[in-house]
Amino acid sequence: MIDWSWVADHLGVLAFRVLQHLELTAIAVGAGFVISFGLAIWSVRRRAVYPPIAALAGILYTIPSLAMFAALISVTGFSVLTAEIPLILYTLVILIRNIVAGFDGVPAEVVEAARGMGYTSWGRLWRVELPLAVPLIIAGLRLASVSTIGLVTITGVISDSFGGLGYFILTGYHLQFATEIYVGAVPSILLAVAVDVAFVRLQARLTPWAATRGVAAG
Amino acid sequence: MFADPKVPSSAGRDATGMCAATVEFRHVSKSYDRRDGPAAVDDLTFTVPAGSVCVLVGPSGCGKTTSLKMVNRLIEPTGGQILVDGTDVAGEEVTALRRRIGYVIQQVGLFPHRTVGENVTTVPRLLGWSREQQRERAEELLGLVGLDPARYRDRYPAQLSGGERQRVGVARALAADPPLMLMDEPFAAVDPIVRERLQNEFLRIQAELAKTILFVTHDIDEAIKMGDLVAVMQAGGHLAQFAPPDEILARPASDFVARFVGADRGLKRLSLSRIGALPLHQAVTAVAGEPVGDARQRSLADPFPFLLLIDRAGRPLGWLPDRDVPADGIVDERLAIPASPLLERETTLKDALSMMIAADVQAGIVVDPAGRVLGLLTMEALGAAGRAGAAGRAGAGAALRRAERRPAAARPPAAAP
Amino acid sequence: MGRDARRGGRLMVLLDALAAWFADPAHWAGPNGIPTRLLEHVALSGISMLIAGAIALPLGLWIGHTGRGATVAINAANLGRAIPSLALIGLAAPITAAFDPQLGFRVYPTLIAMIVLALPPILVNASAGVSEVDRDLVEAARGMGMRERQVLARVEIPIALPVILAGLRSAGVQIVATLTLGAIFGGGGLGNYLVLGIAQNDVGQVFGGVVLVAALALLVEGGFALLGRALTPVPLRAAEGGEHRGRALEGRAAG
Ligand SMILES: Nc1ncnc2c1ncn2[C@@H]1O[C@H](COP(=O)(O)OP(=O)(O)OP(=O)(O)O)[C@@H](O)[C@H]1O
Ligand SMILES: [Mg+2]
Repeated sequence: MIDWSWVADHLGVLAFRVLQHLELTAIAVGAGFVISFGLAIWSVRRRAVYPPIAALAGILYTIPSLAMFAALISVTGFSVLTAEIPLILYTLVILIRNIVAGFDGVPAEVVEAARGMGYTSWGRLWRVELPLAVPLIIAGLRLASVSTIGLVTITGVISDSFGGLGYFILTGYHLQFATEIYVGAVPSILLAVAVDVAFVRLQARLTPWAATRGVAAG
Repeated sequence: MFADPKVPSSAGRDATGMCAATVEFRHVSKSYDRRDGPAAVDDLTFTVPAGSVCVLVGPSGCGKTTSLKMVNRLIEPTGGQILVDGTDVAGEEVTALRRRIGYVIQQVGLFPHRTVGENVTTVPRLLGWSREQQRERAEELLGLVGLDPARYRDRYPAQLSGGERQRVGVARALAADPPLMLMDEPFAAVDPIVRERLQNEFLRIQAELAKTILFVTHDIDEAIKMGDLVAVMQAGGHLAQFAPPDEILARPASDFVARFVGADRGLKRLSLSRIGALPLHQAVTAVAGEPVGDARQRSLADPFPFLLLIDRAGRPLGWLPDRDVPADGIVDERLAIPASPLLERETTLKDALSMMIAADVQAGIVVDPAGRVLGLLTMEALGAAGRAGAAGRAGAGAALRRAERRPAAARPPAAAP
Repeated sequence: MGRDARRGGRLMVLLDALAAWFADPAHWAGPNGIPTRLLEHVALSGISMLIAGAIALPLGLWIGHTGRGATVAINAANLGRAIPSLALIGLAAPITAAFDPQLGFRVYPTLIAMIVLALPPILVNASAGVSEVDRDLVEAARGMGMRERQVLARVEIPIALPVILAGLRSAGVQIVATLTLGAIFGGGGLGNYLVLGIAQNDVGQVFGGVVLVAALALLVEGGFALLGRALTPVPLRAAEGGEHRGRALEGRAAG
């Protein structure tokens, strides 16, 4: 069923696509994190802005990625922006929720104690609340990374120059060539699972006090 | 073993109108670690007669909750037997067993998604009572615990105060008229004033229903107040002493029990006794507004240095020091010092002592329900009573219960421990 | 100023194209007509939901009630979440095609991927919802003589209902959105407008598809919200925490 000689002939392309997959993911999660961290901090310090942000994020969530890619083609053409903008937007949905939930989860008495010890409100945010919010923030990054890896496969719909490993799945389907489908599908699953496991490890190492809970929260 | 629980309400009671079961612990043990680890409960043996309140008391972690939960088999013992009315609970079908045993926990555990009425009739519903029977029972029980059914039946637990929730919890446990109730620190989560009120209400209800009750607390004062029998437990699940409260106070079986009941156990014993039939000092009295007669001589002859002025009905008006009593003429009540404190037969000796100290007097005036003077309770008499434990020996609960049951109906008194 | 005008102009073009696409009677009939595609989408989503629910709900409730297998379930759910839907469709296609060359190539792979997509949120929310019911309540229920089934049905499920429904809702919305991928593989549903629209560079068709899918997703979301409101016992209604938490846990496997 699998044509191994085809696989052997295409290892170079495979490597290229794996790197492309990681690159598209890293850009989306990195940019998404910077934006959501800012928005989340703003929401935490100014409660009134959170509901509209959350509502907007919720609506974005209902728009299929395929639709978003398709829609953007008419605006940004076949540029990398067409791939990255939806990827970033989807990470926002996950990250903002988790970062805000992380800050919300800081026990009120801890905040109170910090205030009593004379922290300024910014000092409190950085020194006390942020470290305690880390487990949920990491959990958010984990979800965002894994789901972005999945979404990157779909960017192949925009054009052959994107898609990472999804490229093989799509062309393999059109050619009705099972080997090529598998060359895309299996590594992309492995990639997602590997990143997921890597984040679990990271989470356990960064927050030894919440090791088991962190996994459950993911 | 129990009255048929399918028959609702009072029909389940026996001929005397009582519905209570004896509970017997026989060498009951429990260790949570399978490999002979430290015992949570160690060789517990005692018997609670039908209709009495047995309080399990002891420091935190001594195995009270574990002992209680072994009765309704939320926890299975690792050794020994528990018998309810002579039948080993281990042989019972577990859900049927639990439906016949009322269960109240500290956190109350009211179902937040059900109304007060639905919460109360949980067990009747499990037993398949008709809707009508359930409604009636809910009404009866809410009334019993002092909640107006019309106001409370359709509320949700979130709409109740802590004390009200506890009442509903008790009503829910009573719903199928179980002959046995297990109560695990039922009043621990409320403030002292509400707790006191709930305790009194509990005693009132128990006076009426005479259930067998196993009651867990870590508060020795509560144990003494509520129990006919007190089982003092000690770390490791040992039974340190099993006796009526007065005996626990009078003769602690070990240093541990003595320390646990506290250095003020003499005072605590006073709280167990009521003035009741204690011999009273005959007061020297004179009726105000009437000729004084030989009052001065009588008063001087009496060791108590005051004359008590009363009105024509015999109610106390005030004190007159012996030397101020006129040799003749009319006694004038305006000269009198206010006649406090007034005590009744039901007043506990501890309360009497407290009132006498507060009023800075050597004697309290004991009056009958109509307010007429019966006699004087002096400090010496109080001291003697405290030393001898002369008045009613049983726990305050039992004493109060007997006092209240008599007028209610011509029921036989509870089996005295 | 000029830029705003240009942007406004572009939006007008878009809206015109959208209106024109919806207005064309040809788009309302035939095998690629809106009613047919909508029906296909709803049917495929419904079937996936039913199958996923039939598997994950009982399993999740059982795990939550007994506490057994919780770690295994959570890890499995995380694994399920990590698998890209497109990869799963690709993975399944050659296998199902071997059984049924027609449907096995165009429909079953997508169906399988949708079921796998829906399992984790349903499973995790059902088990977490039930296991987070106050243990004192469960003990009170047992202490009063409820059987295990009664404890689950009368106490745990009603109290966990908002969280359980949040899981179903999340699964439903994800399915409706992700099912569009099926069209890439020649399956039915609203995704066809997106795929064809991209291929034919037809803005009206792409946005028509977007509007239809988003509307359906919002309908599912709203439907579950209403269902939740109707089924949640009155005193528990204020606590919308279930939704928040249910959603905070969710990722998007691919869609
Ligand atoms: N499920 C359990 N598993 C293991 N050990 C337990 C368990 N439940 C209780 N224990 C242990 O058994 C002992 C007795 O516990 P129990 O709950 O009966 O104490 P208690 O007298 O009710 O205390 P408290 O007044 O604090 O409620 C304790 O040492 C406790 O740590
Ligand atoms: Mg306890």
